[in-house]
This record gives sequence, C-alpha cells and structure tokens, in this order.
Amino acid sequence: MKTRGTQRAASYLILTLGVLLVAFPFFWMLSTSLQTPEETGATPPTFLPASPQWQNYPAAWGSAADASSERASFTIYFRNSLFVAGAVTAGVLFTSILAGYAFAFMNFAGKRLIFLLFLATMMIPFEVALVPNYMTIDALGWYDSFAALIVPWTANVFSIFILRQFFLTIPRDYFEAAQIDGCSHWRFMWQIATPMAAPALAAITIFTFLGSWNAFLWPLLVTSSPRRRVVQVGLSLLRSEESTNLNTLMAASAIVIIPVVVLYLLLQRRFIEGVAGTGLKG
Amino acid sequence: MGDGVRMRRARWQPYLYLAPAAILLLTFSIYPLFHAFNMSLFTKWGKPTQRVVGMANYEELLVTGGQFWDALGVSVWYVAGTVPVALVLGFLVANLLFQKLRGLGLYRTIYFLPYVTSTVAAAMVWRWIFAPESRGLANTVFSWFGRETLHWYYEPTGVFQLVAEGLGVELPGWAAGPSLALVCVMLFSIWHALGFDVVIFLAGLSAIPREMYEAAEVDGANTRQKLWRITLPLLSPTLFFLIIISTIRSFQTFNQIYVMTRQESIATTQNLPMLIFNNFQDGYYGLATAAAVLLFVLMLGLTVVQMKVLGRRVHY
Repeated sequence: MKTRGTQRAASYLILTLGVLLVAFPFFWMLSTSLQTPEETGATPPTFLPASPQWQNYPAAWGSAADASSERASFTIYFRNSLFVAGAVTAGVLFTSILAGYAFAFMNFAGKRLIFLLFLATMMIPFEVALVPNYMTIDALGWYDSFAALIVPWTANVFSIFILRQFFLTIPRDYFEAAQIDGCSHWRFMWQIATPMAAPALAAITIFTFLGSWNAFLWPLLVTSSPRRRVVQVGLSLLRSEESTNLNTLMAASAIVIIPVVVLYLLLQRRFIEGVAGTGLKG
Repeated sequence: MGDGVRMRRARWQPYLYLAPAAILLLTFSIYPLFHAFNMSLFTKWGKPTQRVVGMANYEELLVTGGQFWDALGVSVWYVAGTVPVALVLGFLVANLLFQKLRGLGLYRTIYFLPYVTSTVAAAMVWRWIFAPESRGLANTVFSWFGRETLHWYYEPTGVFQLVAEGLGVELPGWAAGPSLALVCVMLFSIWHALGFDVVIFLAGLSAIPREMYEAAEVDGANTRQKLWRITLPLLSPTLFFLIIISTIRSFQTFNQIYVMTRQESIATTQNLPMLIFNNFQDGYYGLATAAAVLLFVLMLGLTVVQMKVLGRRVHY
C-alpha cells in the first residue's frame, strides 16, 4: 500500500517532469538566441551556448528593417502594438461599463430582448465576420490605419456580461440612497459603481490587452505598411530569416514574448484570474 | 415618487448608454453575418456583382472542388487530437496540483505560461524544434533511437501511413491519418492549451466540498471510487464548459498553422479558417464567405448537439 510520502513524491516527480516539458520551449528559444550559428548548426545540438551572444538581440531588433524594403523597425512595431492594445482596452472598458451599467441599473423597454441579442452575438465566430469586416473597413477608407486595428474590437459582449453581473451584486441601498441625494446615473456609475467593480475591471483589462497584443490574423489582413504594422505581424515576416539567421529569429521571438512574460510574472494571480475567469463563474 | 421629473427626462438615457456597444456590435458582428450570407450567394471574386451566382460557391466547396470536406477533415483530426488529450492531461495535472503541496503556485504559473504567450512567437520556436534538418531537436531525439530524420512540418503524409510504411502497407484515404505536419501543430496546441484546462479544472476542484470526500472515506471508499463517484460528477459542469469552449476554439485555430506550416504542407494542414483565409488571399471572396458561413453553421450545430448530448449528463 502506497504511503502518503510515496504518493507525494510521485506527484512531485510527475509534476516536475511536466513543468520541465512545458517550460522547455522557452529555454530552447533563449538558448538558441544566445548561440553562434556554428553552435546551432552542430549535431548533436548545443544545449548551452559557450558564451552568450548578446549582440543577437540588438541585431534582432534591427532586423525588421532588413525584412522589408521600407523603413521598418521593432520600435515602430512595439509602439503600434502598445497604442492599439491600449486604445482597444480603454474602448472596451468604456463601452462595457456603460452597457453593463444600463443593463444593471436602468429599466427600459426591450431590456431583456436587447440583452439576449447582445449575448447571441457571442455565437457569431470571428471567421464569418472576417471578410465582411474587411470590406467594411475598405469602404470606410480605413485600410492600413489605426482605426481599422482598433474600432472593430472596442465592444465586447463578454465584458459587458461580466460587468453587468458585478453591478447586480451592488446592494440596491447604495443606489437608492444616491438617488434620494439627487445623484445622476452618470455620476453614480463613475463615482460609485465603477470603483466597486475593480476586480472585474482588472480582469477585463488584462484579457483585453493581452488579446489585442497577441492578435495576428486581423492586423495581418488590414495593415500592409510598416508604419501600421504590429509586433506579431512584424515577427511573422522574419520567418524567411529562418535558414540564414536562426539565432536572431529566436532572439526576435524572445523580444516579443518577454514583455508579456514579465508582466505575467509580476501579476500572476491577476493574470490567471483574468484570463481564465471565463470558467470560474460557472 | 420624487424622481418623476428625473424619469421623464431620462427616458432616452438607457439607450444612449447602450449605443456605443450596440453600434459597434451591429456594425462588426451582426451586419457582417448577413453580409457574409449575401456575399456567399452573390460573389465569385472581387466586389459583389449584380448577377446572381446562387449556390455556385457552395457547390464548388461541397461538390465540385470539395475543399470544404478536405478542410473539415483536417479540422476534425485536429480537434480529435487536441481537445481530449489536453483535457485528460489538464485533469491529471490539476489533480496533482490540488494536493496543496509546496511550491505549487510556481508550478501553476509555469503551466499557464504558454497560454498567455504569443502563438506567433511560440510557433516559431516549435518550428525550430521540429526542423526537418538533422540539427533539429526532434530529429536529434529521433536519431538517439536510431530512427531516420523526418520532415516534420514539411511532411504531408499521414502519421498512420508513416507507421504502416514501415510494415510495407499502404493505407487508403483518411485511414492514413492526420499528416505529420498537422501532428506537429497539434502538439503545439496541446502545449499551449494545457495551462488553461489546468486552471479551470483547479477552480472546479476547489468548488467540491471537502465533506463529501470525508463522508466517503468514512464509508470506506477508495481512491478510484472517490474519483468516479464524487470528483467527476461534481466536476461535470466544468468539464462540460471546457469541452464546448475547447471544441469551438480548436475549430478556429489559425495562427499556429499559418506560422508553422503554411508554405510547405499546405494541403494537409488547411483547416477551415485557413481555407477561408486562403480563398480570401486569392481574391475568391465568394468562396471565402461561403466557407465561413458553412463553418458558422457547423459550429452552431456542433455546439447545440454537444449541449444536448452532454448537458444531460451534467450533475449540478
């Protein structure tokens, strides 16, 4: 019969093996990014570089300029991604707070029907909307613009849903007391309801920002010039460097991954709650 | 009572509050659905023409060219290969992590890390791991076991066929299995999704009251009985949710396929989103939207079926 100790040791063993397997690609990426081409080309493969080739990183940063003939750089890509992700997040927060508040605190004709309609849009997969949205963007003259990257994503039904749920848990007394004091909806929403919804807002911020940062297909479709290119698309263009410059390619991947990883490690619990929060409320 | 005046003035207010979200959803979610239907019936390529193309696009996808079925086959292999595996592994890991051993916060963090990582960047690394040259890691590991190098993400041959070749057998059609290239993508996706399943399972496990296990132990239940009689039934809502979400997401996979295999083994890794994208790139807007509509119908139908079939087995 297995003792507690053996069972725990076995658990640790399996878990550690799993963790090593899961973390391995990251290690491999970092290791390759710091090797010389000779070390990388060797069979059997070098696991640890003899001396870290830090210069691969600045080279990777600037390699964006070589991949296309126009003036491109990771500086521009990062700036774009940051701006787009920030704008989308701000937009989602704004539209969701307003809509969530209306559903939670206001009474109006058709409230239930409209809410169900909103929810129904969650069933529409993004692929169906892909080509039509592209045509809409084109018709609006927004091709290759920040507007195209940002606007379609500034409403998110899931966030509205979460905020509505959260607002509904605010005791009616607060609301009624505020009404008696002559507080308008607008003020109540921003000064009382929103601060109370901070955990929900944090979760929305994280998964919206992350989703926008990691987005690839849509930016690929609606932008073409380096001026509007985002980090993910910029990185994908470097794939042609694979045979000639694998080390810089890995360094470029690392550059793309590291900011998010750092944020993730700092805000672990918030991240996990925010991104996986979809399942927690049943 | 005292807010009579306020109420009258505020009659349009709710609609005003809903307006930003509503306008955006209408423009970028609801209208596109109808526009897609429309385009699929009236466009061969380029801008919509006035002549009625009718079901020609659907005919091409379903009958003449049959690309829909090929792409569906790829999607089905892909979903079948990733969803159950990730769920089972996720469940296993979550159970192990749930024992409240020391250092498990760190483990959970690492397991979840792939899920927050950019799929484009991560897929680049996996491409390198599966490099077809002998210096690639996968081939190196293979060579330790005396196997020859494989083409991995270049390889369009089905995996079952590859095994059968060693036995001198030729497998027909779909029996050849998913291409090796697709399997590489599947492995990536399992790695990527595992952490999500783990975290959701952990949440589900923590919702099970300890008293149930304690009562069962008093009645002399062993580990297996506790698992099948308590854990799994009480975890069924979580499992139900994960199955539906994972299936939907798997049908929508794009990034990793684009990065890992697009150029080389395109035919065998072209799932439904890739089919839509490729048609779009080639200018066949009609085919692209028709494929998208088919995908929508498929996913809607699948979700409904899953909810009916699995929903009955969920205990609350």
